[in-house]
Amino acid sequence: MSEDYIYAVARVRSRELTLLSRPDLDQLMACKSFEECLRVLQDKGWGHGVSVSAEQLLAEEEEKTWAFIRELTDDLTPFDVLLYPIDYNNIKAAVKTVVTGAAPHQVFLKGGTVDPDLLQKAVRENDFSVLPEDMAQAAESAYHTLLQTGDGQLCDVILDKACLLGILRCGRESGSELLAGYAELITATTDIKIAVRACKTKKSRAFLDAALAPCSTLDVDSLAAAACRELEEVFVYLSATEYAEAANRLKESNSAFEKWCDDRVMGLIKEQKSNPFTIGPLLAYIIARQNEINMVRIILSGKLNELPDSVVRERLRELYV
Amino acid sequence: MNISALDLIFDWDTLGIVFALLGAVLAALLGGIGSAIGVGMTGQAAAGVVTEDPGKFGKVLVLQLLPGTQGIYGLLIGFITLTQIGILGGNSDISLAKGLLYLAACLPMAIVGLVSAKWQARASVSSISLVAKKPDQFGKAMIFPAMVETYAVLALLISILSIFSIGGLSV
Repeated sequence: MSEDYIYAVARVRSRELTLLSRPDLDQLMACKSFEECLRVLQDKGWGHGVSVSAEQLLAEEEEKTWAFIRELTDDLTPFDVLLYPIDYNNIKAAVKTVVTGAAPHQVFLKGGTVDPDLLQKAVRENDFSVLPEDMAQAAESAYHTLLQTGDGQLCDVILDKACLLGILRCGRESGSELLAGYAELITATTDIKIAVRACKTKKSRAFLDAALAPCSTLDVDSLAAAACRELEEVFVYLSATEYAEAANRLKESNSAFEKWCDDRVMGLIKEQKSNPFTIGPLLAYIIARQNEINMVRIILSGKLNELPDSVVRERLRELYV
Repeated sequence: MNISALDLIFDWDTLGIVFALLGAVLAALLGGIGSAIGVGMTGQAAAGVVTEDPGKFGKVLVLQLLPGTQGIYGLLIGFITLTQIGILGGNSDISLAKGLLYLAACLPMAIVGLVSAKWQARASVSSISLVAKKPDQFGKAMIFPAMVETYAVLALLISILSIFSIGGLSV
């Protein structure tokens, strides 16, 4: 029920006041050094005050976001659209470390729906029944494919597609228009990225069929057929879809396309600013926080590598607030 | 003129007080239900804001209470009706026609009270979100849910005017 989230949304509205605004990003950009940037962020309450590195600071902020969401709701299932990429990344890590016999050192991400230790155990014992059904099938298939072929890319393709299909299913089952729209957008833009890269690297039709996840706003058969011919054909196909702008951005550069994808997501969630009910504002807050953390990561990387401001600025995305 | 057997053994006018009381009960009941739902919804939103910023308690409390008025209006209509129909003392001998008229007179407050309280609550929840982000816009935030109150007040007026007028009718 939409009324279930009244308390949570009210808290989110108050928390939105602490999100970084454009002037805050300008202040970070104006910092003369990486260390000064970190100090400004800590003054704004980022980290727990004892962070030793930028990555630790950003990880702490990510953890703070999820801790806040866990305070608001016991059921994180609707947020699986955001958590599945973590799970499937961990499955890749588990499958590859088990098959290669490498020691898993800092390869697992925290915060997924399945404990990385359980994933590792499932792969090591070749018993995937402890995992959710979709995940188990994909993990088993990826594991046996890597064992039999030694093809790491094929293993990734199987898991990436399963991840996208999981996101789509979760979005549709949530009953939330925003979650469904977000899942569709993520799947479609990922399909476009895959098609473009496959076209540039001259991948086969079979590869594309295995990699592209069917979604309702793209005809993956047409996209795959276009990608098998030439890049211009992909752009022609995209121009007839609702992702016509994607073609223009791809012609510009990959980073322009990535920025366009993130800005589309931001455009999707901005409608939630005037929604006082439903789970939508919670999802919007998480995405806004992740976007903000990414912006800070870009600025910090720019400062650390002494990149020109113009290079950093062209990579900055739209903000939620 | 045909008179049925039921007419001979049952005096329909005895039902007048029943319908009149039903009207009073509905006004208090539906108005109260609407307000309870409304104040509950706005209370959740207010608690959410105060959890993050206790300094906004005064502002969100006013917004929380706005959907509570329908319950008070319903109580008022119920009380006036009980007084008029003699249940709280006096003559309770009311004809069937008058009983139905009292019931009809109470319905505007009962129905509009229930519906307006729920919708006013939604407007109040939105305004609480507004105050959470822009506390300086409290005055404007008050106006949006207060507009819904207009229709509860109009229903209250019609119910009051009707209840007071029914007594003078010779039916």
